[in-house]
Amino acid sequence: MQCAVLEIRDLTYRIGERSILREVSLEAREGETVVLLGRSGCGKTTLLKCVNGLLPPASGEIRFQGRTLSEWDPISLRRRIGYVIQDAGLFPHWTVAANIGLVPKLEKWEPGAIAARVDLLLDTVGLPPAQFARRHPHELSGGQKQRVGIARALAAEPPLLLLDEPFAALDPITRYELQRQFVSLLRATASGSGKAALFVTHDVREALLLATRIVLLKDGMIDVMASPGEFLSARTEEARAFLSGLDTPQHESAPGF
Amino acid sequence: MNPRLASEIVSLTLEHLWLVLIAIGVAALIAIPAAVALTRRAAIRRWMLGLANILQTVPSLALFGFLLPLPFIGGIGRHTAIIALCLYALLPILRNTLVGVLGVDPAVRESAVAMGMTGNQILWQVELPLAVPAILAGLRIATVTTIGTATVAAAIGAGGLGVFIFRGIATVDTATILAGAVPAAIMALAADEGLEWIEKRLSPA
Repeated sequence: MQCAVLEIRDLTYRIGERSILREVSLEAREGETVVLLGRSGCGKTTLLKCVNGLLPPASGEIRFQGRTLSEWDPISLRRRIGYVIQDAGLFPHWTVAANIGLVPKLEKWEPGAIAARVDLLLDTVGLPPAQFARRHPHELSGGQKQRVGIARALAAEPPLLLLDEPFAALDPITRYELQRQFVSLLRATASGSGKAALFVTHDVREALLLATRIVLLKDGMIDVMASPGEFLSARTEEARAFLSGLDTPQHESAPGF
Repeated sequence: MNPRLASEIVSLTLEHLWLVLIAIGVAALIAIPAAVALTRRAAIRRWMLGLANILQTVPSLALFGFLLPLPFIGGIGRHTAIIALCLYALLPILRNTLVGVLGVDPAVRESAVAMGMTGNQILWQVELPLAVPAILAGLRIATVTTIGTATVAAAIGAGGLGVFIFRGIATVDTATILAGAVPAAIMALAADEGLEWIEKRLSPA
């Protein structure tokens, strides 16, 4: 039995009187990719930001590697959790190599070790170091930026990755390419070092392709929690609304489910 | 041109430059840290900007006049002029530093926090480097206007190129006025070009 990297119990988040998240409980084990699926405003991004302490929950408990968030120093917590967002959020004044080496540098790795790690990661995400290490973010395409964002998140070998619609802004072909590479990347790292990932998306195809478990959120509550196979036959109204999108062959990223 | 006039132009130009450099230097030392502090305090930001705005609207000659009778900071001479010039230079530097730091892409700031950078690391490694072009633009605006305003400083005995201008006005002598106005204009143009060049060189991508 693999141990849970992340455990969330009865998490509630409020803005004023309004509950954004209501008593959400879930866990992510080593090697698992839990996809948070839902419409805009369902609370999926809020949930992600509670996990690395960017937002303070009103009640409930989050445990990372067995310790509650209050037992963690927020800085060292965040350095152990990889984070990827839609716009990549790369530092425009730093080279690709410096961006990827950020957390190792904060953690005071040896420069040689950082350089070796950066080269390895660039190869892993399909960007030859000789060609890309010294470039600046404005010299990259959207897909390349997102690859660098993923490499940056993986740099210090975090046991948990948080990804907030990392592929949403990409064109369909690049998106599909990155989704497939991401699957093999996670499988590879999962077998080696046991990463868990929490992946936010509103795209049901992406969820079915990437997830080991799908968590469908509706109005801040868990509507369905199921494996991708089970999710296909989920009966709730919200699940069927999402699944009905599969019938219309609308874009190239259809993973063939 | 007679050699006495030439050497007077040179010495008054240097005096003028000195006034400007000290005033801008002091203003930058106050305004940049103040702006950084204000980026963390939205509530008082508006008030401080308003105050700096009001200072800016006081006519320069009047401000020199107001400062004259004040104990310690007032009186005839260079230090009063420097204080007045400094007050004028505060606003553009303050405002541009604020704009530069607050203008950092929210996605960049969010990832900096999420990667586990401390507040100080974010300030020194992300926000300030990205704000450098805006800060330099503020310094440029402040420097160019201060070079002009500093000519008025001669009215309270601070010296500088204003000495020629006031003398020329008193004697209705256009050539003497030009002896002050032309070097001041050249200095302003040179400062503008020079700082703009540095601004472009230091812009991140």
